[in-house]
Amino acid sequence: MSVQHYYPSQFKQQASDALANQTLRSNFRGAMDYLQQKRKDAFSDPQELAQLREHAENIRQRCLSKLPQLLEQLEKNCQANGIQVHWAEDAKQAQQLIAELIQSQGATKVVKGKSMVTEEIELNQHLEGLGIECVESDMGEYIVQLAKETPSHIIMPAIHKNKQQVADLFKQHIKDFDYTLSVDKLIQTGREALRTKFKQAEVGISGVNFAVAETGTLCLVENEGNGRMTTTVPPVHIAVTGIEKVVEFLSDVPPLFSILTRSATGQHITTYFNMISGPRRAPERDGPSEVHLVLLDNGRSQAYADEALRKTLQCIRCGACMNHCPVYTRVGGHAYGTTYPGPIGKIISPHLQGLAQTSDLVTASSLCGACEEVCPVKIPIPSLLQRLRHDAKLPAAEQTPSLKGQASAASWTEHTAWRMWAWLSTHPSIYNWAMAVGVKLAKYLPMPMGEWTRCRNKPELASQTFHQTMKRRASKSVTRSATGGAR
Amino acid sequence: MSQTGLRIYPSKPSKVYFYATCLLDLLDPDGGIAAIELIEREGVEVIWVEKQSCCGQPAYTSGYQEQAKTVALSQMALFPEDHPIVVMSGSCAGMMFKHYPHLFANDDIYADQAEAFAERVFEFSEFLAHICRAKLHDQGPLTSVVLHTSCSGRRELGIHASSQALLSQLDKVELKKAEYESECCGFGGSFSLRHSEISQAMVEDKARHLQGSGASYLVSADWGCLANINGHLAYRGEASRFNGQHLASFLWQRTKGAKA
Repeated sequence: MSVQHYYPSQFKQQASDALANQTLRSNFRGAMDYLQQKRKDAFSDPQELAQLREHAENIRQRCLSKLPQLLEQLEKNCQANGIQVHWAEDAKQAQQLIAELIQSQGATKVVKGKSMVTEEIELNQHLEGLGIECVESDMGEYIVQLAKETPSHIIMPAIHKNKQQVADLFKQHIKDFDYTLSVDKLIQTGREALRTKFKQAEVGISGVNFAVAETGTLCLVENEGNGRMTTTVPPVHIAVTGIEKVVEFLSDVPPLFSILTRSATGQHITTYFNMISGPRRAPERDGPSEVHLVLLDNGRSQAYADEALRKTLQCIRCGACMNHCPVYTRVGGHAYGTTYPGPIGKIISPHLQGLAQTSDLVTASSLCGACEEVCPVKIPIPSLLQRLRHDAKLPAAEQTPSLKGQASAASWTEHTAWRMWAWLSTHPSIYNWAMAVGVKLAKYLPMPMGEWTRCRNKPELASQTFHQTMKRRASKSVTRSATGGAR
Repeated sequence: MSQTGLRIYPSKPSKVYFYATCLLDLLDPDGGIAAIELIEREGVEVIWVEKQSCCGQPAYTSGYQEQAKTVALSQMALFPEDHPIVVMSGSCAGMMFKHYPHLFANDDIYADQAEAFAERVFEFSEFLAHICRAKLHDQGPLTSVVLHTSCSGRRELGIHASSQALLSQLDKVELKKAEYESECCGFGGSFSLRHSEISQAMVEDKARHLQGSGASYLVSADWGCLANINGHLAYRGEASRFNGQHLASFLWQRTKGAKA
């Protein structure tokens, strides 16, 4: 099975293709409108929302501030609970580690509950290469897997598809499917197909929403029950998580859970909330006999090392920034070519894949701030984008840790242009002269003017600048000084 | 630094500095004059500093922080007295209010200066509504208007509320609402050039929604957005009188015969 691949370095072309796809654009607009409304309804009291966000931000910042200690504590307490803990520095190590765990069971059939981190390490493709079947058990992920695609949203992986497209996929892939456009019947069909897979699976793989250091508990947020099935039916459960998902106390979980689900889908709680605290114990009659936890770095400690960029790791993966982003709404998740799309993807992906691959992503924002406005843990996404834009263009200062791919988008001409601009802007008499000449010559500017006139006429400049206008105004008025300068 | 919506406003000063912004300088001198007339009518003396150029935002958002800092320092030096600085655009005011302190946060010499400067920065509609508490007397015929708010103005300063407050004082002007009111118009400075196709999709939608409001006039307190939206309306041959103007121009035209 070869999956349709998208790349962050191809962002412009992928965005262009997405913009030309009217079905895709209308699917996204509809879905995002719906999700925006759901979130709005879930937070009807702005004061309460402000308090919740502040609280959630504080929790995440406190936990991140002691991340190394909390990870050690988590490892110790998980082990005490009978969970086997493994560490992976990068995607390759994680792939190998998980594959070995599966192969040591002699297993060839795996089910996976939704886990973006296993998308990040391209686990499915790796396992397939080893002859291991890995079926996605989240309905949306199952749909995109059938379509040989990757998720286009971190919460709603198949949000780019409408029911017609899903029905067509089922017709193609599920035997005896009685063609229908009824959403209930489509879900039922998918569930029945998946039920067989759960029964056959020898290993279940899941993600983790919160890993509690205090108790060694792994929390999993979901709506379909597939997470519960994945983590309890097969005899072995492997949980995979990025190192940033650790929280200090069990009491940190409820406020984060509540703001996560309300930000994501407008739900106050989800249908299922799993707390996994180890393998089956005697005399329990169900549950896996082995539980493994894989802790993945994959660039996260690079973000951690820098005080400003560390805020990136506050993310609790609700997807609200995507749901409210005018760019994401128009191009959809695949255009980004990264596991985590949208605003949060633009600031996480440079750490995972390097700035050389992702420098187009960090500029693909009008910095409108809608993402920061809705982020439940108050990640200052626009400021971080500005920081990454800087890092993409220029080498690191001596006192700051260097990012992978720093200065990869450096351009001598661009740098020189900005230096000239700064010089001009700090030499008032020449600046004013240049602007005055500019407005005089504007009518001779060529039309079209590059990218600006793709959909706009060239700007209509005034016949004289405001500076010139004020000079005339001053000369007419006896009460005003005509000397210029500070009056 | 004050938080949006929680800003404590000083009482009306006797003098203010006027910051025109580079876009207003090039595109709309009349809007600048209108703003000065409105402020002077409130009994506040307006000081024009001729040496001003640009706030530094273009370099800042493009990743050239050193160049932005150079320009920011030169601008801060031009306003030495303790008067408020009235800025004619939400995004430039946002740059000075929010990002100057951020730019110099770790600077031993200029951090305090940038903080103090930021505290004196007020966007035009914010100044007129919250500090002058201007009472506007509408002199024009019945009409309707739709307001486009800039993202930085809205999210960094909360000035969409002050623009609305001023317009709603005009008793013969119906203030219409556009769908997706708080969504970006797609300008974003260099974004409109670097990612022009996405920018195009955004401005097309924005123009459609604004026109869909059915209003006769379009106003905004930000020339970045206006250049984008007007440019697109003109491209479609639909500019006519709906062509966006600065809030100051509209307010002055409606009230110029009136007394403060």
